[in-house]
Amino acid sequence: MTAGAVPHSNAASQDEELIPRYTLGERINHWLGALSYTYLLLTGLAFWSPYLYWLAAVVGGGPTARFWHPWFGLIFTASLFLAFQEWHRDMKIDEADRAWAKAMPDYIQNQDEKLPPVGRFNFGQKLFFWGIFYSVILLLLSGVALWYTEALPWSFRFVRYAAILIHASVALITIGLFLIHVYMSAILEEGSFGSMIHGSVTRAWAWTFHRTWYYDVAGKTRPEQSPPKQ
Amino acid sequence: MSQASTEIIRISGHTGTVPGAGLNREFQVCKLVDTTTCIGCKACEVACLEWNGLTFSETTFNNSYQTMPDTAWNYWNLIKFNEHEREDGSMMLLMRKDQCMHCEDPGCLAACPADAAIVQYANGIVDFQQEHCIGCGYCMTGCPFNIPKFSPTARKVFKCTLCNDRVSVGLEPACIKACPTGCLHFGTKSEMKDLAETRAKQLREVSGFADAGVYDPLGVSGTHVIYVLHDAKNPELYGGLPRNPHIPYSVWLWKKPLKWLGNLAMVGGLVGLAWHYMRYGQKKEERIPPDDERRI
Repeated sequence: MTAGAVPHSNAASQDEELIPRYTLGERINHWLGALSYTYLLLTGLAFWSPYLYWLAAVVGGGPTARFWHPWFGLIFTASLFLAFQEWHRDMKIDEADRAWAKAMPDYIQNQDEKLPPVGRFNFGQKLFFWGIFYSVILLLLSGVALWYTEALPWSFRFVRYAAILIHASVALITIGLFLIHVYMSAILEEGSFGSMIHGSVTRAWAWTFHRTWYYDVAGKTRPEQSPPKQ
Repeated sequence: MSQASTEIIRISGHTGTVPGAGLNREFQVCKLVDTTTCIGCKACEVACLEWNGLTFSETTFNNSYQTMPDTAWNYWNLIKFNEHEREDGSMMLLMRKDQCMHCEDPGCLAACPADAAIVQYANGIVDFQQEHCIGCGYCMTGCPFNIPKFSPTARKVFKCTLCNDRVSVGLEPACIKACPTGCLHFGTKSEMKDLAETRAKQLREVSGFADAGVYDPLGVSGTHVIYVLHDAKNPELYGGLPRNPHIPYSVWLWKKPLKWLGNLAMVGGLVGLAWHYMRYGQKKEERIPPDDERRI
C-alpha cells in the first residue's frame, strides 16, 4: 500500500490498525520483572517501617518474607538481565533524545505535539530503564551482603554499614521510578498498558507517541526530517 | 519489677505509717566483670550453657586457652584470652568474659525491623524474643560489640539474656553463681559502679596499675555489664573491646534522616502523580492527519 493510494475515507479505520510493539518473550519477561518487583516492594516496605510491617503478614509473615525477599531479588535481576539483552540497543541515548530532553516540560504538560519525534523508546523511558539497571546492580551487591550478614567477618563490618544504607537509598530511587512508570503506562498514556498485555499498538498511538519508530516499523524509508508541528 | 508491682502503699485498719512507704527502689541491674581477678577457669561458660540448655559445641584451638574465636548463637559467654607484653618486657594474660553488654542505648534494638523481636526491660536487660525474630540480621549490623549471632538452622538470632528468667525471680545470672574467684558480681547499677570504682582505685593506688579504670561506655549511654580493666586506656587489648562504642553512623542515618526523607518522598510522589493526573489528564492518541506526507 502506498501513501498516494490511501483514500481519505479509509484513514480513520487505518488509524486503528494494530502494529506489533512487544514480542511475547518481552511481555512475559516484563511481567516476571513486575511481579517479582512487587513482591520485593511489599516485603521491602515491611522491613523499612514499623507502620508498614503488616505488609509482611500479607505475604506470609516476617520470617517468610525475609526468606523469600533475596530469592525474588535474584528473579528480578534475571528478568532485568533479559530485558537488557532485549532492549539495550533501543535504549541507547542519542542526539534525538537530547532535543527531546529539552522539551520535557512540554511532555509533562501533555503538549506532546510540541515534542520532536522519538524512536521506539523516548528519553524518559530510557532514563527509567538505565535507572533501574544501575539500581539493581547496587541492590544486588548490597543485598548479597545483607542476605549473608553472618558470613561477613567482624573486620569487614564496614561492608554491612555501607550495605544497609545503599540498599535502602537505592530501593527508594527504584520506588520513585516504579511509581512514575506505573502511573504513566497504566493511567496516563492511553493504550500503553494494553500494549504490554497483547503486544500491539494502533497506528495512531505509534504516530502520536513514537513517530520515528512508527515510520521505521512501517518499513518505509524515512523522508527528510521536518520540524515538529507547533 | 515484679517486686515493684507488689509494693504495699496502703494498709487497711492500720495505724501509723505504711512500712517502706516512699522507699525509692533502684531497678537497674548490672553485672560487674573484674578482669583483674579472673583466672580464666571458664566455669561461667559452662554455667551459661547448662542454665540456658545449650549443648556444648566443638571447640576451636587457636594457640590459646580460648574456647573458640567468638561467641556463637549457642555459646553466649566466652572468655577472651589475650597475651599482652608490658613496657618492662613482662607478659600479662588478659582475660575478659565476653557477652552481651546490655547497652542502655542498644544498637540491635534500633536496627531491628520486626515488631517486638527485641525488648529492653526497665531493669536494663535487652532481650531477644525469638518467636518474633525474622532472622534478617540487622541487629548484627546495629551492635557495636559483635554479639548477636545467627543460627542457620533456626534462622533466628540469639545472644546472652543476662539470665532474665533468673533475674526476674530474684536470682543472680548463672555465670555469677558459678564464678569461684568472685571476679563476677551482680547487683544494682549504682552498687556495681561503686564497687568497680573502688576496685579500680585500689588497682591504681595499691597494685601499681596507673591506668586501671571502669569500662561503662558513654557512647551507648552506659552498659548493664561493666568491666574493671588494668588498662582502661586501651580496652582494645582485651580481645577487641571497642574504645568508644556507639550505634554505627550508617544505622543512625538509615533509621532517622533517610527514613523520614524516604517517607516524605514516597508520599509526596504519590500526591504529585495524583495532582498531575487531575491537572493535565490523560495523554490521548491523536488521529494521523490525512495529509501527513509520510502517511503509509
